[in-house]
Amino acid sequence: MLWLVVAYLGSLIVMFVAAFWSTNDFTGALVRKFTTNNFHTLITESVYRTIAVRSIVVASIVTIVDAVVAIPIAFFMAKILSPRWRRIMVALVLLPLWASYLVKAYAWRTIFSEGGVLAWVASPFNIHTPGYGLGATTAVLAYLWLPYMILPVFAGLERLPDSLLDASSDLGANAWRTFRTIVLPITYPAFIAGSIFTFSLSMGDYIIVKIVGGKSQLFANVVYDNIGTAGNLPFAAAAAMVPVVTIIAYLLMVRRSGALDNL
Amino acid sequence: MNLSKRARRALGAFSGLVLLILYIPLLVVLVNSFNPAKTFSWPPTGFSTKWWSRAIANEGVRTAFVTSVKAGLGATSIALLLGTMAAFAVARYTFFGREAISLLVILPIALPGIVTGIALNSAFTTFLKPFGIGFGLFTVIVGHATFCIVVVYNNVLARLRRVGATLEEASGDLGANTFQTFRYVTFPTIRSSLVAGALLAFALSFDEIVVTTFTSGASIKTLPQWIFDNLFRPNQAPVINVVAACLIVAFALPVWLSQRLSDGAAAGGRI
Amino acid sequence: MIVTIGNGASGCYLEGMMKLRSKKRTLTLSTLSIAAATILLLAGCSSSSNSSAGTTSTPGAAAGGVPNVPLAKALGQGEGALNLIAWAGYAENGSNDKTVDWVTPFEKTTGCKVNVKIGNTSDEMVTLMKTGQYDGVSASGDATLRLIYGGDVAPVNTSLVPNYATVSDFLKNQKWNSVAGQMYGIPHAWGANVLTSNASKVTPAPTSWSAVFDPKSPYKGKVTAYDSPIYIADAALYLMSTKPDLGIKNPYALDDKQFTAAVDLLKAQKLIVGEYWADYTKAVQSFESGNTLLGTSWQVIVNMVNSDKKVKVNATVPVEGATGWSDTWMISSKAAHPNCMYKWMDHIISPKANAQVSEYFGEAPAQTLACAQTVDKNFCATYHATDAAYASKIYYWTTPTTTCLDGRGRICKDYAAWTQAWTAIKG
Repeated sequence: MLWLVVAYLGSLIVMFVAAFWSTNDFTGALVRKFTTNNFHTLITESVYRTIAVRSIVVASIVTIVDAVVAIPIAFFMAKILSPRWRRIMVALVLLPLWASYLVKAYAWRTIFSEGGVLAWVASPFNIHTPGYGLGATTAVLAYLWLPYMILPVFAGLERLPDSLLDASSDLGANAWRTFRTIVLPITYPAFIAGSIFTFSLSMGDYIIVKIVGGKSQLFANVVYDNIGTAGNLPFAAAAAMVPVVTIIAYLLMVRRSGALDNL
Repeated sequence: MNLSKRARRALGAFSGLVLLILYIPLLVVLVNSFNPAKTFSWPPTGFSTKWWSRAIANEGVRTAFVTSVKAGLGATSIALLLGTMAAFAVARYTFFGREAISLLVILPIALPGIVTGIALNSAFTTFLKPFGIGFGLFTVIVGHATFCIVVVYNNVLARLRRVGATLEEASGDLGANTFQTFRYVTFPTIRSSLVAGALLAFALSFDEIVVTTFTSGASIKTLPQWIFDNLFRPNQAPVINVVAACLIVAFALPVWLSQRLSDGAAAGGRI
Repeated sequence: MIVTIGNGASGCYLEGMMKLRSKKRTLTLSTLSIAAATILLLAGCSSSSNSSAGTTSTPGAAAGGVPNVPLAKALGQGEGALNLIAWAGYAENGSNDKTVDWVTPFEKTTGCKVNVKIGNTSDEMVTLMKTGQYDGVSASGDATLRLIYGGDVAPVNTSLVPNYATVSDFLKNQKWNSVAGQMYGIPHAWGANVLTSNASKVTPAPTSWSAVFDPKSPYKGKVTAYDSPIYIADAALYLMSTKPDLGIKNPYALDDKQFTAAVDLLKAQKLIVGEYWADYTKAVQSFESGNTLLGTSWQVIVNMVNSDKKVKVNATVPVEGATGWSDTWMISSKAAHPNCMYKWMDHIISPKANAQVSEYFGEAPAQTLACAQTVDKNFCATYHATDAAYASKIYYWTTPTTTCLDGRGRICKDYAAWTQAWTAIKG
């Protein structure tokens, strides 16, 4: 098993070394000579910057939306529902995960389509549906990864002693203050755990934007589009560095804030 | 906890709304499985059970389902083992390279699936071929495990960080041996996070398509691959709605049971 | 109070891990093994590229640096198995629909057990073929040359494929399936990328691609285009007749100036595009819901939309001509089951099987005799299967290479450049 881990890492390293190579423009074979051309292209061509920023914004919004939705629902499940209902609720949150990602994505396509479900529901109120595009992409990604946020937060809150909440309210804190000073800080590591999923899964996804994104594209599409084409592995490898670096930066930020060690 | 009735109601209503949104697309899937149109266009043009009868007569989907379940179980077991170990190492001990482990574990899902897929493919070709292990279920399991570990790891780590090591220390001081401490103190503490991690890991594996494409070889096909193929096959697309509807029903019981398992006898034993 | 190692959970594992990670010596050891792995992989990679580079420099190799892969001289017994990469619907064994099956009869007569891996895009097929784990592939024209020049496929000895004789002549020895008169595969079927429009909302039905390239189009936001770098050729095709001074001879052979013109046209087109499509479930859905009113699509999409009877669409090959695809079965240069692959290539273009597959998928069969075997007797007419004049208006997908396909030398943009341009077009 360890051998495989080594093998996997080894091949990843090869891929990243490949980011500094180029391809022969005729045969498409790899040319093993150090060059920073790929990175140069990535940095100087404004289109890649635009796409990278767009992807980061989308992934961040997905994460924030998921957190805002997940924290209250997880709190409700962990602290208000009886154990019996809690189990049912967790099962209900988890079940949509089994309905295949692609099937759900196509269902959302039907929802957002012209004359589709959303238009049906919204038309009596004279609301126009946003149609396909980045908004739809963000919504669908947030929908798909929501359980990956709810569950860690729920698991974190579940072990939060009731006595702590009681103590807080005995000492005169109102519900909002208790939530802000007790619940939120305790949820934080769980939120971080969840956000790593929602953020990186969103960064790595290229299929949803193809299905509901209209004419838009995200960074994973750049990697995907380049990797299969005649020996453009070097450029794709260089492009793949972008999500990796973003996530490393995110992890470092989390660590710097000291949130993880103070608990 | 003393929450005002209004706050409780508001929370309940909010949760209800979220659940509703979670299930609307599934309802669309269900309705469309009876839609005679070939590409589930809305609104349905009529009522038909032809997709259901086609799905039932379909052998390919059953084989694919079994393959996916096997792959999911295998990957989840590996992820549980390695993910828990890594989480313990990081949460309880200091050692050189500790910081790197988090990153290492997260890398496979941080990378676009296609990068992981191609890296794994070349790794398998280089290291498994000499041992006569070809592409198949085993390589899919290993491939899925690489990105499932992080789910277990993160869940367990969040729990361990919150709980602290004092209880284990107390247990040791009171004379419990390693096994007893694990059995009576550590395991109950992390049990629900293990179950949560396992369920998410299984779900992730059960839904994965890109890495699978590069690690499965020609001989086996997982359910998401089957679904993907059908979207590209003429006159077949709506069959996937039927399959999705069946999957939800099929998994309702196991998911609920796993929840019971995670609470178990220790339900009252909150710290 | 200090917990000693081994007092916590799964102590033995931890102890092992601690030793591995904490002691400097073992750490360097694991670093070393990673390094060793890297070197091994590097070695693995370079040896493969050396071989192709080696053949490139071999004098007398086929024109333009095609790796020298030997041609099969005779066929032996089947090897009992066959691993294929195919488009969905190209190798059906009845497991999805009992009535759709042309693999089982093949398995019965030849004893070759067929495993099929579905490729979802041409790019994925090329990548999968490069692994060397498959015997053959149903490659589209935007993949074939990449495979040939990459040394991933072998030339095909057509005399060993009896049914090849009656394949439509206009598919033989073409730029996308042969090099210097040597066939590298067997034509499977073909189709055109037709201009499709909603019959009730787009009147009169357009007969020129200008409908999808006009920036002042009244259908702004309702136009669709194919989501692939190869779509740049559609723009080039349009420029061929609208801007003759650019001198485009072949939409797949574009020099700097021509390429920039095509890319600019597509960037302008993006403003009126509602969405790009890549899988046809999406395209059919778009036309049916009204999200899309006109744009490029395939005959099979048109048929599906019309058969659902929700929306009626018209399809035509416009005055400028059209791009199209022509799929080719190719045999891997590393095939483990070459005899079975030859038998498969012969089977798939046998009149019966070729009729079945093209009718199921919705494309024109390559086999002329297949027209007598189709269930729908008008099938070949609908798809213009044997209509050489119709076929001549189609520029089939071909992989762009730096060596211009129209023989102008090495001044053209290759597919990697097309791909990066496509990213820039979508922005």
